[in-house]
Amino acid sequence: MAKIASAGNYGPKIRSDCMVTVELTDSGGVHIELISKVKDFFGDHIIALAQDEMKFFGIKNANVKIEDRGALDFVITARIEAALKRADNTITKSYLPEMKKHCLYKSAKDALRRSRLYLPGGSPKLMLNAGLHGADAIILDLEDSVHPDEKDSARILVRNALRTIDFKGAERMVRINQLPLGFEDLKEIINENVHVILIPKCESKQQVIDIDESIKKIKKAKKQVYLMPIIESAKGVMHAYEIALASKNVIALTLGLEDYTADIGVTRSKSEDECFFAKSMVLNAAKAAGVQAIDTVFSDVNDMVGLYENVKQAKALGFDGKGCIHPRQIRVIHEAFLPSQEELAKAQQIVEAYTTAKKEGKGVVSLGSKMIDAPVVKQAQHVLKMAKIGGMIK
Amino acid sequence: MKKADKFVKNAAGRLVPTVVNGKKVIPFMGVNKYRPTHKGAAPRVPTIIDYPQDCNKVVDSLKDALIKSGLKDGMTLSTHHHYRNGDYVANWIFDIAAELGVKDLVWLPSAAFPCHAPIIKHLESGVVHHIEGSLNGPLGDFCSHGKMKGLGYLRSHGGRYRAVADGELHIDIAVLAASASDMMGNANGVHGKHPFGPMSFSKVDSKNADRTIVVTDTLIDFPCYPWEIMGNDVDFVVVVDEVGDPQKIVSGTTRITKSPDRLLIAEYAAKFVEAAGILHDGMNFQAGAGGTSLAFVDFIQQMMIEKGIKARSMIGGSTKYLVDMMNNGRADYIFDGQTFGLEAISSLRDNPRHIPIDVYESYDFHAKSNLVQMMDLIVLGSTEVDVNFNANCVTHSDGRMLHGIGGYQNCLMAKCTIIAVPTFRDRIPVIKDEVTTLVAPGELVDVIVTERGIAINPLRTDLIEATRNSGLPIRDIRDIKNEIDDLCGVPAKPKLSDEAVAVVEWVDGTILDTIHKIEE
Repeated sequence: MAKIASAGNYGPKIRSDCMVTVELTDSGGVHIELISKVKDFFGDHIIALAQDEMKFFGIKNANVKIEDRGALDFVITARIEAALKRADNTITKSYLPEMKKHCLYKSAKDALRRSRLYLPGGSPKLMLNAGLHGADAIILDLEDSVHPDEKDSARILVRNALRTIDFKGAERMVRINQLPLGFEDLKEIINENVHVILIPKCESKQQVIDIDESIKKIKKAKKQVYLMPIIESAKGVMHAYEIALASKNVIALTLGLEDYTADIGVTRSKSEDECFFAKSMVLNAAKAAGVQAIDTVFSDVNDMVGLYENVKQAKALGFDGKGCIHPRQIRVIHEAFLPSQEELAKAQQIVEAYTTAKKEGKGVVSLGSKMIDAPVVKQAQHVLKMAKIGGMIK
Repeated sequence: MKKADKFVKNAAGRLVPTVVNGKKVIPFMGVNKYRPTHKGAAPRVPTIIDYPQDCNKVVDSLKDALIKSGLKDGMTLSTHHHYRNGDYVANWIFDIAAELGVKDLVWLPSAAFPCHAPIIKHLESGVVHHIEGSLNGPLGDFCSHGKMKGLGYLRSHGGRYRAVADGELHIDIAVLAASASDMMGNANGVHGKHPFGPMSFSKVDSKNADRTIVVTDTLIDFPCYPWEIMGNDVDFVVVVDEVGDPQKIVSGTTRITKSPDRLLIAEYAAKFVEAAGILHDGMNFQAGAGGTSLAFVDFIQQMMIEKGIKARSMIGGSTKYLVDMMNNGRADYIFDGQTFGLEAISSLRDNPRHIPIDVYESYDFHAKSNLVQMMDLIVLGSTEVDVNFNANCVTHSDGRMLHGIGGYQNCLMAKCTIIAVPTFRDRIPVIKDEVTTLVAPGELVDVIVTERGIAINPLRTDLIEATRNSGLPIRDIRDIKNEIDDLCGVPAKPKLSDEAVAVVEWVDGTILDTIHKIEE
């Protein structure tokens, strides 16, 4: 059993985080040492908080060093808990911050998912204001953005963030690790009003079923958790349709082209021509299964023109959303998803014709000499919805 | 002599001294309630027969010039801050004074910077008694700990100009760094080896000091023109190898911020300006050089392009961005009291539409009008604001002195003053119940823009009305404060002693607030 362990981050460039080092001792009580740039304002508070947490875990003797760079309470307590659990792996309890009311809103299966902002699960600073930038969803990532050695600590941090931070109505998503590590992630976070679980490197329907079952077992509330498998391998692309159909909780398929291009042995190009098949497959599979299709992330955060063109292309293919890795991408994505003036005018005509036909009790809707089928009407209604959200129409 | 004595509560509810460094001062009476009745400064009257007939005032050294100027105990010496953190002159002066055994000097910089830390030893040894101007960095820390013999006296740029010009503050010797001068002392900051821009802050010193010394590293043939400092006002010219380091003029960033949160603040500010009807063809506005200000200007510029409009004028400190904006036809004029970067300096020197301004033109309280009054919009930062829209820019929330007032108070005379701030820094909320130090009275602050929403001063019913259906996140300032307190926690009050270490002057010369000693 390790007697001394650390968790967190500290350094001149670190903000809103802290490094906690716990040394379990045999006698002498609990000593908290605090180094903090906000000591004058929050020093007493932080020490009292740390004492309370140690008491909660039943620690009678320990030296705790907190090197703080302006971390909020939920970060400090997460880092203490992680350090403690590293020092003593028999500890299983969780020191949960109060679940804030602003964390309790709901989502819906057909929620708008034009933009989803990835946030590294180990970086509290990026989480605090993430909700301010208008993304349809935020993703707290436990997978690729978290170092393998930091999975335990990030998991606790993400759990606490889900109970604390106001994401301002953005859908609350977590990307878990690949199985079996992902099961550990689920245990920690699934009861924290997570709306959607992103399943990385999904290649088979069984993975979806396993995760769905696991969630059912550990989830306390009845409300279901939606699933968004990420297709990022050749195998995954081939199985996209059955993956989409694997559970009624699957609400979208999304693509990860970095890994996919590596898997098929090509370099990812700006045009993404080499991914055309994968995109088409995933898109078609999603639509066939009646779920949303979400495009991969655009990784050059300085190229807003390129992003706009890229999203326009995704929209033209039929995608409903795009991943993003920087808040400034959100606006561009939303703009690119707006219908064009022509699309809008056409959609207005179709919906008008449909409304008139309905009023007149006609079974067949027609516009000019053309008959209009139900899917076309539905699509037109969707265009109007997007236009309304984007402020193009009232 | 007590540093500060006979405290009373002023009109802002702040306890302030009525005696500072032995001189009587008047407590703040409210905005526009007090009219100073001085008759003007009375500098020594020179006679031309006492000066060299060939007009050559070059002397061997700064020491020589100071001795010839009659440097003695208790004198007030002024410098300007156009080299900002690259200033050499102030440190030289007090090293020389120490060498000569002179004591109890008062230093009157237009602003002090971290490069002036060496002056601390002269404050400790008694060469310098106290500083009137701005106190920040290491000097601010020194003063905050109550170590300065006299009381610090913080004035805005406009307040400093007023005090010097109306005779409240007498300068014995002004020592003015210039990037170029001729032997008469005609000098400017745009020619020579190390140009820095306009010499705005120092003109008033050269006109009202008993003695004026120009220090330069580039002596050029008569005439040195433009003569921002007129040789007619100059006693001595000193030539040195290097007068200052223009590389250090820029201390922070002068690039558009990349922080998404700061970009959001800038964007909200710009959208507010548009929604409130302030953005219009022919508008006049101030545009600062900080990262958020530049982002704000960039948003404004995009809006101008979309609407096909342009500004009539912009006030800097200008950067390459502002110069490009004017050259691209988005503004007719730039006014500058300080420039940042070589592009801005050469534009100021070569483009007649890039106009150097001094403090009289921009900020003066005794002037019959001034430039900031013409500004439709000014955007400022802040260390703290409070629920009554009061703002602080000189102390941190722990009471430590961080910055000078600069033009902060003077800018409040604009038609619309926006303070753009993040809601918290390092977990410390920026919106308080009451600011630690009062610098900007709330009645003059119109809008506070944060990344969590925009709060409009209830006094500005016109702005509230104009932006009612704008779709912008306009919120009650208390509502924003509650959200941040919930996120960050409410910080403990700073531990401050009753002992005063400095005062903050309001633009009219009255005492607005007291800065207290830090308790460890």
